[in-house]
Amino acid sequence: MTLILGIDTSCDDTAASVVENGTTIHANVISSQTQFHEKYGGIVPEIAARKHIELIEYVIEDALQTADVTLPELDAIAVTNRPGLIPALLVGVASAKAIAYCHQIPLYPIHHIEGHIYANFLAHDEIPFPHLCLTVSGGHTSLIRVDPDWQYKVLGETIDDAAGEAYDKVAQYLGLGFPGGPVIDRLAHNGRICVEFPRPMKNSGDYRFSFSGLKTAVRNFVLTHKDALPAIEDIAASFQEAVADILVQKTLRAAVEQRIHAITLTGGVAANSRLREMMVGAARERNISVYYPPPVLCTDNAAMIAGVAFHHLKTRPAAALDVNASASGALG
Amino acid sequence: MRYLSESPQATQTFGERLGHLLKPGDVIALIGDLGTGKTCLTHGIARGAGLLEGQSVNSPSYVLINEYQARCPIYHIDLYRITTPNQLLDLGVEEYFYGEGICIIEWADRALEWLTEGHLRIYLEWVDEHTRELKVEPVGPRFETLVAENF
Repeated sequence: MTLILGIDTSCDDTAASVVENGTTIHANVISSQTQFHEKYGGIVPEIAARKHIELIEYVIEDALQTADVTLPELDAIAVTNRPGLIPALLVGVASAKAIAYCHQIPLYPIHHIEGHIYANFLAHDEIPFPHLCLTVSGGHTSLIRVDPDWQYKVLGETIDDAAGEAYDKVAQYLGLGFPGGPVIDRLAHNGRICVEFPRPMKNSGDYRFSFSGLKTAVRNFVLTHKDALPAIEDIAASFQEAVADILVQKTLRAAVEQRIHAITLTGGVAANSRLREMMVGAARERNISVYYPPPVLCTDNAAMIAGVAFHHLKTRPAAALDVNASASGALG
Repeated sequence: MRYLSESPQATQTFGERLGHLLKPGDVIALIGDLGTGKTCLTHGIARGAGLLEGQSVNSPSYVLINEYQARCPIYHIDLYRITTPNQLLDLGVEEYFYGEGICIIEWADRALEWLTEGHLRIYLEWVDEHTRELKVEPVGPRFETLVAENF
């Protein structure tokens, strides 16, 4: 039995998790979870690197308690050390190093996106290699080929806004609040497609994405149709259709051209109902399977970080304790 | 000075011209509404500053900062999600200002009080579907000279 503590402070949330053998989640604590708040009382999540410092000890402690594991029992510590805001990453990296040093536990630095790619392996027993991973969140939109032995090739990414970012900005513009994904998804269920919004770069012939023009198109549409604006549900449905259409068409084309028969969705936007439905439908016609994780593993978490480290443990030496945080850095 | 951009390409080309002139420690403050071309302009500035191949210049709204390798490091900062001065204080982002790299800050109106030394403000305004007006406002002697001599 291999027990790994995962730590992620690369984004808004402070997260810690205990995962056994890369598959069984014993604890998955995320600082914005209501359970966590109820326990520790009114800690408001903020977009702030320095807030991680206040939360990290509680989050790790909570994960260990929930998993009923003590630090000396751990076989490894995995921590997100790239990419992200350095002051934020440093909180996780410094905590992980301190624990690794005190208890002489091997330390594994992990790329945040590699964690997202792994999230599906926490939810599904068998995912074939190679497969194509569409990572879609507020910060990322990438199409990545995943080959055996966790070898990655980024086929394309966004050249401007991420898909989730377009959701958030359109939602804010429409006065729907933050985050934009769930609310637009919900409204779109009761809407009909009333506008054919542009699909930037849909037929660009490569695997890159662009969502900035779509975001601006929604804004332009609202500005120029002020007097006879369609129902908000219809605008939401039209926008959502355009996003899903771009993501599905690009991903499927990549799968067909690369002769890959499995697609995984990950990141916050992977929880979007229309994206899932459209991807599954279109993939089925081409005999391609689609995998996506439950919502709690779509968004940022540390279980995915602990999970992927289990595989590195077998093939790589542990990192030296001078390992640092990095704003960018290659996948893998 | 004012510049009327009639396409995203024109905005990028304008950025490239500016990027050529920048050096470590420079701070460019971009101020403009959604969809006015801040990220597009940043892409141009980064290219002008010698952006090395293979790096995407995309929006850091969610991740707050992107770092690129160019003639010197470029810190592409985005304060879109900052809503209160306290958040800015907690973020630690001002540590990047006036340092070893070029800082390009989107939604810089949320951090103007932190820009205590000279910098270049660029206001971007929506004119019509394709046209944007860029208003360039130098603060401090370095940028006053830079703008007077080059634009």
